[in-house]
Amino acid sequence: MSTKRPGASATITCEQFVTFLMDYLDEALPGDQRSTFEGHLAACPACVNYLATYRQTVELGRSLCATDQQAIPEEVPEALVRAVLAARRSRGDG
Amino acid sequence: MSTPQVAPDEKAWIERLRRGDEAAYEQLVRSHGGRMLAVARRLLRSEDDARDAVQEAFLSAFRAIDRFEGEAQLGTWLHRIVVNAALMKLRTRRRKPEEPLDPLLPRFLPDGHMEQPAQAWAPPADEALERAELHRLVMDRIVELPETYRTILLLRDVEGLDTEEAARQLEISPGAAKTRLHRARQALRELLDPHLRASVS
Repeated sequence: MSTKRPGASATITCEQFVTFLMDYLDEALPGDQRSTFEGHLAACPACVNYLATYRQTVELGRSLCATDQQAIPEEVPEALVRAVLAARRSRGDG
Repeated sequence: MSTPQVAPDEKAWIERLRRGDEAAYEQLVRSHGGRMLAVARRLLRSEDDARDAVQEAFLSAFRAIDRFEGEAQLGTWLHRIVVNAALMKLRTRRRKPEEPLDPLLPRFLPDGHMEQPAQAWAPPADEALERAELHRLVMDRIVELPETYRTILLLRDVEGLDTEEAARQLEISPGAAKTRLHRARQALRELLDPHLRASVS
């Protein structure tokens, strides 16, 4: 991507905001660039919504595995249990 | 992910595994196999491949049990092994030409504004049933992502690997992993958007 990171005094477009959004969330942007991003956020409701929904996307992904860990584990198919134990015996593992 | 010490009952269990106790192996497969199968099913779309990956993962774990040092919980250790086995499986399959991701990325006007200004989403529902539906919706949309992007998103955001570990597993640089993840998140956001906008309840 040819988009350059904005400098301290620059204003940025929505496209630049989206391009460097992950660095912003990871706190990987230097302070001056961070201020430029926050300046854009203060003036752009569409990017406020974009940021919020991007964060929600990440949280929804994380919740898939968290749910899985807390839930009663689904039963292992009996055929799979037998296959694993048989493979162990035939390969002489363990 | 935190790395608590092995619980005392796990220690005894691991000892039994090291002695080659058949019942301990079976107990391990029955107690952890379900979660491992869920991980493999997320990464591999074929049920046969997912089961093969779980079997390979257990065999690797059995071979490596002597080297299990106990700095992680058994479940965390097995999680890493099944992720690895599922990715091996992905790599051995012949890659089909992949759908381009660009149609799933946000579009911008020549002046840099969004073509369709982003809208807020409805707050997540609290009801367990609705949450289950939401999870199904998210998983179904993840499945729609091209494989390269689906895999990085699953590894980082769902399975919780850090950037370095995900990059190592995928044999790409950490920088490439970050770029790919950002594009995958944008695409998933775009796919979820029509379902979760504030006007949709």
